Amino acid sequence: MNESKSANGALVHVDGVEKVFHRGTEEIHVLKDLHLQVPAGEFLSLMGPSGSGKTTLLNLIGGLDRPTKGAVTIAGERVDQMSDRRLGAWRARHIGFVFQLYNLMPMLTTERNVELPLLLTHLSKAERKKHVDAALAMVGLSHRANHYPRTLSGGEQQRVGIARGIVTDPTLLLCDEPTGDLDRKSGDEILDLLQALNGEHSKTIVMVTHDPHAAARAGRTVYLDKGQFSDEPVK
Amino acid sequence: MKYLHLVWTNLGRKKLRTLLTLLSILVAFVLFGFLSAIKQALVGGVDLAGADRLIVRHKVSIIQLLPESYKARMERIPGVALATHQTWFGGVYQDPKNFFMQNPVVPEEFLAMHPELILAPEQKKAWLETRTGAIVGRKTAERFHWKIGDKVPIQSTIWGQQDGSRTWEFDIVGIYDGRDKGTDTTPLFFRYDYFDEARRGANGLVGWYTIRVRDPSRAAEVAKLVDQEFENSSSETKTEPEGAFIQAWASQLGNIVLIVAAILGAVFFTILLVAGNTMAQAVRERTGELGVLKAIGFSNGQIVALVLAESCLLTVLGGGLGLGLAWIVISRGDPTSGLLPMFYLRTRDLLLGLGISVALGICTGIFPALQAMRLRVADALRRI
Repeated sequence: MNESKSANGALVHVDGVEKVFHRGTEEIHVLKDLHLQVPAGEFLSLMGPSGSGKTTLLNLIGGLDRPTKGAVTIAGERVDQMSDRRLGAWRARHIGFVFQLYNLMPMLTTERNVELPLLLTHLSKAERKKHVDAALAMVGLSHRANHYPRTLSGGEQQRVGIARGIVTDPTLLLCDEPTGDLDRKSGDEILDLLQALNGEHSKTIVMVTHDPHAAARAGRTVYLDKGQFSDEPVK
Repeated sequence: MKYLHLVWTNLGRKKLRTLLTLLSILVAFVLFGFLSAIKQALVGGVDLAGADRLIVRHKVSIIQLLPESYKARMERIPGVALATHQTWFGGVYQDPKNFFMQNPVVPEEFLAMHPELILAPEQKKAWLETRTGAIVGRKTAERFHWKIGDKVPIQSTIWGQQDGSRTWEFDIVGIYDGRDKGTDTTPLFFRYDYFDEARRGANGLVGWYTIRVRDPSRAAEVAKLVDQEFENSSSETKTEPEGAFIQAWASQLGNIVLIVAAILGAVFFTILLVAGNTMAQAVRERTGELGVLKAIGFSNGQIVALVLAESCLLTVLGGGLGLGLAWIVISRGDPTSGLLPMFYLRTRDLLLGLGISVALGICTGIFPALQAMRLRVADALRRI
């Protein structure tokens, strides 16, 4: 299933993207001529088995990597053509990341972890605090502001990760297997939260998952197999 | 400043490792402080030497004496403004370990030659009026709790009196201070006329001369004229600038500056490896976290700055504590009871130490910082 190339008003445009990795002399074609549009306000899940290229595609959309061929345009800006320096600033302004293993800084408290992306802004300490408090309230962790990651459960750590992802009010929230390391109950809580962010706050979310239960929470699901979109989930 | 907590908390990640590294840096800088103070004590006088002063000694050796009559001949040499002499007395107070310099001098000439010694006018007057009078530097006066009016016995290891006694009694009539911080205020000076009359033998002979030249730029020329004046006499002379004389005196122990530099070079090279290893490990362990920071939007420059700030904080903290500790201990004074009278840590050496600690931080942090900068975000995140 190749997405339409011509949908207007989409926030994310992936046009003819290919990604080739080199292992010695061997070329590994991870993504092959992908086309995808994600309208603003959509909650999209990218499903596929391990090695299908989901995370690679997410990295390209988030400007963490560059396509070998094709174009990635987010909110009208060609991400694949930006310099490294500009790309960093662009990510800080437009992208929120949520990782499978939370990736919190173990030496920082919850609020310090959430504050990290705000350090790149010109906000004052008081303004940063206000934003951090709001983000923590949104994920229901205000009472854990001064706790260190090691004292939080997996679900709570992922909620801190989400708070960090949304604290700058990014254009796009990219989630890489956000429930992959959680039990079902905690995973459901995270999915509830993502749905609320999408439904109540109109946050555009692209979520990578291999879990059909998680994918079902998204507004739309696209399937990847061996670097190409497919019409149906791979068995 | 908003990144300071990030740098600070990273140092606390492996507390034992950080503490051990910090201690090794601290010890290195304590050593730096002590060696700097020892170097200062041995060769520091070179910096303080008068640019307009020459030292005239016997051509063979400083221990060979010169005639007192040379003074008048020296003062007739064009370019010489003043000449005065001193003689090594080599005495101890009560115990051989209580060693410090004592020299017989001609008071008025001596004080005119050494304006860096500050003596109250009434004390100078008392010295001129008291034949057995002596003036002593503040450091020694405090060390032995001497005050004006005290009578102090000094046992000379060289000079005996005509009655055979080697114990000389002096009346303390003045306590002088140094104009500059590095001025040596340990010696005791007493009157040459008393010394010359009372000593047994070698009368009319003195240790060395100090000459003041009218024009410091012509010092070398004057030195040559002085040596020419006494050429082919029974006591030929060697004249050199005061700084060179002090340098030569200190060089009897070897090339102090080279020795100190060699020791410190070895110490800092070791510290470079220790701290460098700590930083390399710290960065390797945090590959994933650095990847997250980059994903969030931290630029390569900011990542380099964070790693360098961490290594500099470690070395400046260790260096600062080490220098502080060295300063406290060194401030207690000469640990050799008189062999190193100018034993102190100069502000210049403190600043040099701080500069070295920053340079050490940059050297130990630069490679891990560049390694962190080159990390590709996607690769770094895969390594978590």
